[in-house]
Amino acid sequence: MAVVIDKLMRHMPRTLFEKIWDDHVITSGAGRLPLLYVDLHLVHEVTSPQAFDGLRAAGRRVRQPLRTIATVDHNVPTDPRPAPIRDPIAKRQIEALEANCREFGVRLFDMESSAQGIVHVIGPELGLTQPGMTIVCGDSHTSTHGAFGALAFGIGTSEVEQVLATQCLPQRKPRTMLIRVNGELGPGVSAKDLALGVIGQIGTAGAAGFVIEYAGAAVRALSMESRMTLCNMSIEAGARAAMIAADETTFAYMKGRRFSPGAEEWEQMVARWRELAADPGAIYDRSMEIHASELAPFVTWGTNPGMVVPVGSRIPDLPPSAADRRTAERMLEYMGLEAGTPIEQIRVDRVFIGSCTNSRLEDLRAAARVAKGYRVASGVRAMVVPGSQQVKHAAEKEGLDRIFRDAGFEWREPGCSMCLGMNPDILLPGERCASTSNRNFEGRQGRGGRTHLVSPMMAAAAAIAGHFTDIRDWRFQ
Amino acid sequence: MQPFRKHQGTVAPLYRADIDTDQIIPKQFLKRIEKTGFGEFLFNDWRRSVAGASEPSFVLNQPAFAGTSILVAGRNFGCGSSREHAVWALADFGFRAVVAPSFADIFATNCAKNGLLTVAVSEAEASQIARKASEIPGYQLTIDLETLTVEDDLGFSSRFTIDEFTRHCLLEGLDDIALTLEHEADIAAYEAKHPVPAAWQV
Ligand code: SF4
Repeated sequence: MAVVIDKLMRHMPRTLFEKIWDDHVITSGAGRLPLLYVDLHLVHEVTSPQAFDGLRAAGRRVRQPLRTIATVDHNVPTDPRPAPIRDPIAKRQIEALEANCREFGVRLFDMESSAQGIVHVIGPELGLTQPGMTIVCGDSHTSTHGAFGALAFGIGTSEVEQVLATQCLPQRKPRTMLIRVNGELGPGVSAKDLALGVIGQIGTAGAAGFVIEYAGAAVRALSMESRMTLCNMSIEAGARAAMIAADETTFAYMKGRRFSPGAEEWEQMVARWRELAADPGAIYDRSMEIHASELAPFVTWGTNPGMVVPVGSRIPDLPPSAADRRTAERMLEYMGLEAGTPIEQIRVDRVFIGSCTNSRLEDLRAAARVAKGYRVASGVRAMVVPGSQQVKHAAEKEGLDRIFRDAGFEWREPGCSMCLGMNPDILLPGERCASTSNRNFEGRQGRGGRTHLVSPMMAAAAAIAGHFTDIRDWRFQ
Repeated sequence: MQPFRKHQGTVAPLYRADIDTDQIIPKQFLKRIEKTGFGEFLFNDWRRSVAGASEPSFVLNQPAFAGTSILVAGRNFGCGSSREHAVWALADFGFRAVVAPSFADIFATNCAKNGLLTVAVSEAEASQIARKASEIPGYQLTIDLETLTVEDDLGFSSRFTIDEFTRHCLLEGLDDIALTLEHEADIAAYEAKHPVPAAWQV
């Protein structure tokens, strides 16, 4: 009987997620959760110090130092380097990571490294992120790496310690959700708008407990960078992870990167990766379809990423149910806005182009194309924070920094920066910001700060116009 | 880890949906490198004005809720950032359990690793508990992980579910790492078949 079932199972069509899951489950004994092997563990300064402390206290070592990669991103100042870190507590945290990496033999890309950057930007650009892998990091936006057909998810500090010590994680098997995006994104509509469109449609908990697999013509047509933006923001729909099967676009991006497979094994790896796509007829716990042509450039108006409307519309009327109404009123009060206000009439004080959602070369190119030949509106402070040193150098080689600087944008050093404002880049109370980051929670970018999530093009346009404006009407120079 | 078997405590209502971990522990307090001392900063931006003055209207600042150990909240509690600091702050403040219609995945996992119980009840039950907690002085719940029940003295009683493994670990206060290392032979066998990629070994 067992043999028959086994045979049946092997012939059952499987999803991409199931293939990777099956490949990595080490044991699933009765009464225990399946134990999943972790191929790559990314580490940063904020969620790791207590984990290393735990190891030390228990006399444990890092089981697989070569599968563990660390960088500093959340706390680092974005002033020209080398610069001293003025905040003593941030300094202590960065130094703790350096000391921990030295003690446990973990590779660290520190502030002086030419590979330093936001953890989710450097994993892919160094070629560490590969199809079929399991990837974890003490950061919720680890879902970004799913763009390569990897199973990648965020974990807490206890789990960071667990992976450091054992390279494994007990995991409840998530359910699967297929989101098929048909058609083609219109001009001016980016992967960020697709991500916001999905969250707006299914809500901030719409994918809770699920791993999303994205498919369909519109997804296939996306560049790797756009795919990362889409997978990155899936966590804002509550998803455990998001994935896109690897294809020619993926392989072309990966080839020749520092930690990608070398020439001798390249073809063999590509052949293996090709097999990871979902089988025809694979069954998902839930499926939905989206028509790319129905999406517009979006702007969020509230204090969670599900509160999203097309740029050409107005802030929605208050909902009829009393509880929802109170929630909406609270959000509007925090945001200093009123129901019915046209989005294009909302003025901004600050603009932030950066974060692991939108700080890659493609994002900076898109924003620079908008900014070219214009000036940032008076009274607006706009900053561009590249996702990594490599992005920064590539952008400078193309002269993007000059376009931004000429237009009056600040051009800064890589890090998380105003995505979460753990470094000195923060909003002041009441300041309103068009931001390419991923969270518009109360106080996320600084206490009392008001965040509107948009695409890089929309952010650049808002900086120049001084208010939100439909990028589809932009006159490029 | 502190085991959780049965707990009776005063309930504090914070019945809003989508309370994210940025609210539970604002980022300016994430720079500590210890696990302790976060309770002071729990819900900081709601508890204190910019100048640092206590906001009398916020539930946890009201004398009636001093010593509370159970929080009742709206759906999708703990969404957003994976920061375990949010759980450390709740636990350090004195919370032993959070009752809500649903929890964000990473947050719920983090809770289990720290002996903080997440009790998922229906939307109607959560709102009923929240209402009683704000109207009845000293309102208490009893949460029993052995029988998987949550009840009050006024006739409310409900069952909740939790996966068997997590329940076992919470009841016994078990350390996940030690449990995992019981599989050392399996892990080593897997690693023998799946070596570190060649390009990473330089
Ligand atoms: S850029 Fe923002 S979301 Fe991304 S890792 Fe940094 S803080 Fe987290």
